[in-house]
Amino acid sequence: MTTSEKTLTPTSILDELKKLGVSHIVWLPDTESRFLYDAVASDPDIKLVPVCREGEAIPIAMGLILAGQKPVCMIQSTGFYESGDAVRGLALDVGLPLLIFIGYRGFKREGPIVDTAATYLEPILGAWGMEYHLVETDEDVDRISLAYAETQEESKPVAVLIGAEYQQG
Amino acid sequence: MIPGIEALKVISRNQGDSVVITTETPYTVWDSISDRQEFHLPLINSMSKASSIGLGLALGRPDLKVQVVDSDGSLLMNLGSLVTIANMAPENFIHFVYQNNVYGLSGAQPLPGVGKFSFTGMAKAAGYANVFEFDELEEFALGLPEILEKPGPTLVCLMVEDSGPKPKITARMTKHAYPEVRDAIARTPKG
Repeated sequence: MTTSEKTLTPTSILDELKKLGVSHIVWLPDTESRFLYDAVASDPDIKLVPVCREGEAIPIAMGLILAGQKPVCMIQSTGFYESGDAVRGLALDVGLPLLIFIGYRGFKREGPIVDTAATYLEPILGAWGMEYHLVETDEDVDRISLAYAETQEESKPVAVLIGAEYQQG
Repeated sequence: MIPGIEALKVISRNQGDSVVITTETPYTVWDSISDRQEFHLPLINSMSKASSIGLGLALGRPDLKVQVVDSDGSLLMNLGSLVTIANMAPENFIHFVYQNNVYGLSGAQPLPGVGKFSFTGMAKAAGYANVFEFDELEEFALGLPEILEKPGPTLVCLMVEDSGPKPKITARMTKHAYPEVRDAIARTPKG
């Protein structure tokens, strides 16, 4: 089975987040993540904090971390760009141990990538010195635990790029 | 109009056991008027985000009171946070807005829309539980203790004027204050 034939399901992501003890997801949903949103919204173990604009997500997560909670952020690459000053001034400068899930809109494993929402993402992460991991299928979700460990051990934000649309299941 | 420093002193006198997050002009003087530095996070490095940090803290520790001392220019940059806060409805969240109608730290340039917008109007329309506005110091000082007893989220807009020489900035950097505040909160028993 090739990568393009494998799927990414909400269950696998949720199971991984619960294994890590994630308490809150600070989130602005996008088209690709709608099945995961539905799953989280109906899950009693992880609290959802919906935001109006992605730039709110990192400071809300910062407050939750101050309170001793374990939040993650979930935003699309377009919202990550909008969040730039919070990434710089809070996540990076303060050194927040924070996982930021970024919907990799327009990413394609094969063929040319033409959506600028995708083409600028990895260069910008690189410019900020942010480490990141790509998750495309259920077989990749253990990379989330790897990324989480990096946030905790080095007290820094790490990105998880979601390179596929979630499928039901 | 309320002298800005006097408004901040009234808030400080009523801080009690609250955690305070300040930004812009208020952070420049807070450490000189409060003796609870370990429960004060000055937000220096990311204008507009104080209300959002306060929301996260209020949600994460509902047993603690959280006071955000925001500024007008800062909140104008993050108006969506009013809806986000009202939606989550933390009862332990007090949102002060220091409204001097200018960008005070960059040369007192006027804000856009002065005289046309209302923070209390926007907060009320967003769904805050309580909104108040004061332009007299004595009324504010007398009214604040009762306001702090109300379940939030509550927004208190303070119409202030800054006068005299620009204050000497006494705040610690956010990245230095952050671990101190985090540890102080962790040491505070949950109740």
